[in-house]
Amino acid sequence: MSAGILLQLAQSLLAILLAPLLMGWVNQCRAWLQGRSAPPITQPYRTLRKLFHKDAVIAHNASPLFRFAPYMIFACMALAAGIVPTIANDLPFSPAADVIALVGIFALARVFLALAAMDIGSSFGTLGARREMLVSFLAEPALLMVFFTASLISQSTELPIIVQTLAHREFAIYPSLAFAAVAFWMISVAENARIPVDNPTTHLELTMIHEAMILEYSARHLALIEWAVALKLFTYSALGIALFLPWGIAAQGDVAALPLALLAMVAKLLLGGAVLSFIETISAKVRLFRAPEFLGTAFMLAVLGMLIHFLLEV
Amino acid sequence: MTTPLTLIADAPLDIAWGVVLFWLALGFAALLLQGSQHLLSRLVFPLGALGALGIAAVGVAGMILPASTMVLPIGLPDLPFHLRLDALSAFFMLLLGGAAFGITVYASGYFRSMAAGPLALLALWYHLFLAGMVTVLLADDAYAFMVSWEVMALSSYFLVTTDHKIPEIRRAGFLYLLIAHVGAVSLLLAFGVLQGGHGDYTFDTMRLAEMTPFWASVAFLLALFGFGAKAGLVPLHVWLPEAHPAAPSPVSALMSGVMLKTAVYGLLRVTFDLLNIQIGWWGTLTLALGLMTALYGVIFAAVQSDMKRLLAWSSIENIGVIIAAFGLTLIFYTDGKGALAALTLTALLYHALNHAFFKGLLFVGTGSVLHATGVRHMGHLGGLMRFMPWTAWLTLVGALAIAGLPPLNGFVSEWLLLQAFFLTFGLTYPYLNMVIPVAAATVALAVALAAYVMVKFFGVIFLGQPRDPALREAHEAGWPERLGMLWLAVGCVLLGLFPAQVIDWLSPVVRLLVGQTLVNDGNWLMLAPVSAKRASYAPLIFFAVVVAVLLLTVLWVRRVYHGRVRRSDPWDCGYPEQDARMQDSAEGFGQPIRQIFEVFMRVERETPDPFDRKPRYHGASLDKLWFILYVPIARVTGWLSQQAGRLQHGRIQWYLIYSFATLIFLLVFTTR
Repeated sequence: MSAGILLQLAQSLLAILLAPLLMGWVNQCRAWLQGRSAPPITQPYRTLRKLFHKDAVIAHNASPLFRFAPYMIFACMALAAGIVPTIANDLPFSPAADVIALVGIFALARVFLALAAMDIGSSFGTLGARREMLVSFLAEPALLMVFFTASLISQSTELPIIVQTLAHREFAIYPSLAFAAVAFWMISVAENARIPVDNPTTHLELTMIHEAMILEYSARHLALIEWAVALKLFTYSALGIALFLPWGIAAQGDVAALPLALLAMVAKLLLGGAVLSFIETISAKVRLFRAPEFLGTAFMLAVLGMLIHFLLEV
Repeated sequence: MTTPLTLIADAPLDIAWGVVLFWLALGFAALLLQGSQHLLSRLVFPLGALGALGIAAVGVAGMILPASTMVLPIGLPDLPFHLRLDALSAFFMLLLGGAAFGITVYASGYFRSMAAGPLALLALWYHLFLAGMVTVLLADDAYAFMVSWEVMALSSYFLVTTDHKIPEIRRAGFLYLLIAHVGAVSLLLAFGVLQGGHGDYTFDTMRLAEMTPFWASVAFLLALFGFGAKAGLVPLHVWLPEAHPAAPSPVSALMSGVMLKTAVYGLLRVTFDLLNIQIGWWGTLTLALGLMTALYGVIFAAVQSDMKRLLAWSSIENIGVIIAAFGLTLIFYTDGKGALAALTLTALLYHALNHAFFKGLLFVGTGSVLHATGVRHMGHLGGLMRFMPWTAWLTLVGALAIAGLPPLNGFVSEWLLLQAFFLTFGLTYPYLNMVIPVAAATVALAVALAAYVMVKFFGVIFLGQPRDPALREAHEAGWPERLGMLWLAVGCVLLGLFPAQVIDWLSPVVRLLVGQTLVNDGNWLMLAPVSAKRASYAPLIFFAVVVAVLLLTVLWVRRVYHGRVRRSDPWDCGYPEQDARMQDSAEGFGQPIRQIFEVFMRVERETPDPFDRKPRYHGASLDKLWFILYVPIARVTGWLSQQAGRLQHGRIQWYLIYSFATLIFLLVFTTR
């Protein structure tokens, strides 16, 4: 048990510490693909350090909610990162929340961010909050449906058990999982504010979603939000890997498999980051009102995946 | 030694009836106190709240104790009131008592500025309303049930029309009265079918009546219509968005939080207790109706700009979720899947209890806003969090809970319901296996939209800049109001953090209805229906970890870096002329939803001319069902009554001929 808790803490800390690195890797890949000279992979850490050292500038009319929200968002993302199996499976935290609760954690963080964005009352904050909620009200049920498809195969909503079932199955093709994987990719793009739904590098009011919400934040608050964003990307990547490429994750109590699991994880994350930046480079951002269509497609695909499971695989 | 607790355990039904009489006495005593406003708000309402606490205690006791009965020789000769307290009644009494206590404490402060005369009347109707709801839950024969049902409907009608000088409120009240009575007639017919030709209207006889599937279905459909009208099931929902905004806020809270649940109670009572057969397609029908209601309700909630109307639509959504859970329970129960039926029934009861607390909280929260500002339209509010921090933070708890966010209570019931969906497989009818995923997707969509609605509700009212300079003078709610809201908010938190205990309490009710209970495989910390291998959720651990990470982060940031803060103006993005009008209005926040779901709405828009000197914008998204369904029915009814009106000329000769013709007709008819 105590070894499990140690492993849990180690994995959570690892996720929190390494998440900006993944962000740096994605940015680097994108810069290469676009023919720019890339910033160093440690650039996100430098940005965070700079932001933490600055004085926080807060609007006169900010309420306590505004100052509380970044910590809340960071805490939610840290909890989510602790639940998703990255290198080891079946950790002591995982029974505290299954996949549905995981969706709940993401929703909690999102609602706090949207509320904080509305707190100052500048025209951009509410605009961002509305757009974020617009994206999420389709992305969230779609994500649930993706999880349901995986749960139906493994008869459980517990992530460790899903991962175990999917990792140790004999090689069988699940058409439902293929649908779910495509849907999951589309959802992660939307939820992590990437192209084609949102563009993390833009500050153009016609297009920005996430950036519009955090416009009023500065210094340590901004740093925490940026870190939470990196953690979210990391968690989503780890989730995608755990659901669709679970091979290599160490089973419970299998300490010997941990180094290999770590290596496999790093390799998969590097590959995933590269693929993400490649797709971002070759696609264009869609108009805001095309975003619901994009997500509606993801939702339909996820539901189709479930239906196909009932039709073909039961 | 007789403490109040042992007294309740000995004779719960007598205590419950005692509280009913106490409320009646209190109501009529209020009429005598017309002279003293102070006594009315500071004495009558707190005493009423004590009564609610008593009802909650009876509920707690009644869920553990065996069923008890009582016969009261009131009413018509040979037709006494039969009362019965079993676990199902007790659960709903707990719900009523728990929510009504907070709301009534709140009311004692809320009505402090009302004139004594109207307040005395209001206190009468208020306590009559409470008493009526309790007797609905206790009634054990159709006669007592219908009488208390009518008391409940009529007293709430008078409560809705408290401000009867405003024509819209009279209209809303009339609509409510009309639909309540159409529903009541349907219920009367349902009881007529249920008694199965015995001529005896006690529930005991109905339990024994042998029904053919056809007549059982007729009774069920009539009951569904009758209770659906009270619960606000689409398409019988039209009165809710009219009546809830019209009523004073504590009354809206009671109606939405508690009264709608009496319809759920009735539906459960008739379907699982009084009818002795259940048929699978009833479940499919109610599931479909429930899902439609949930989605319809939440879509319209997103486009409202009146804060109470928004909450009313959100109540429709929640009732939809409850009815969908009811449909699922029926499907599983008739298919012999007792464990799953127990799971969905638990989710249903849990959600009903949750809704009583968070919707009560949100409605009284809007009451405080209304008191402080006098404005119901969200487009004239904003920034109230700085002037009314108590109301704002407590309302935030309710808003997060209703949005289904962990670790609050709304999440638990939604979690249980979603669990049921994919534990489902191998149902007898293959088509049901296909329906389940689609139903799961609809519930998930409705829940996600509820978060959108709540961000809009809270954000537009409490956050941002005040859209009206007068709002800066908004005053915080008084202490009784704060206490009432605190009670409801604490209820939301506790119901969210201790689901394993709540489910244990619910088990007698679940066993009574479907014969099985939900087995919790986890320990006291952890909720794990069916098996810990399948699903688990431990809100306390969840909460503790979030709080721990939160504190660690705060400490770490302060220690390693600093906590310096500089205040400045918000960033204006290069447009120096920013003002509060540039924030999203309520309509603006709902605009994407309106655009996506415009098929369901009739949108009325009045956009100003570009050269208009005093531009006025008006936009409303109206319920299309009103125009498709209700307006034609009203037209046909009008036409029919006009035709019938032709018979009336106001001349005595004609009326004599009518009576003569009737006499001849009857003579011919009876002698044949």
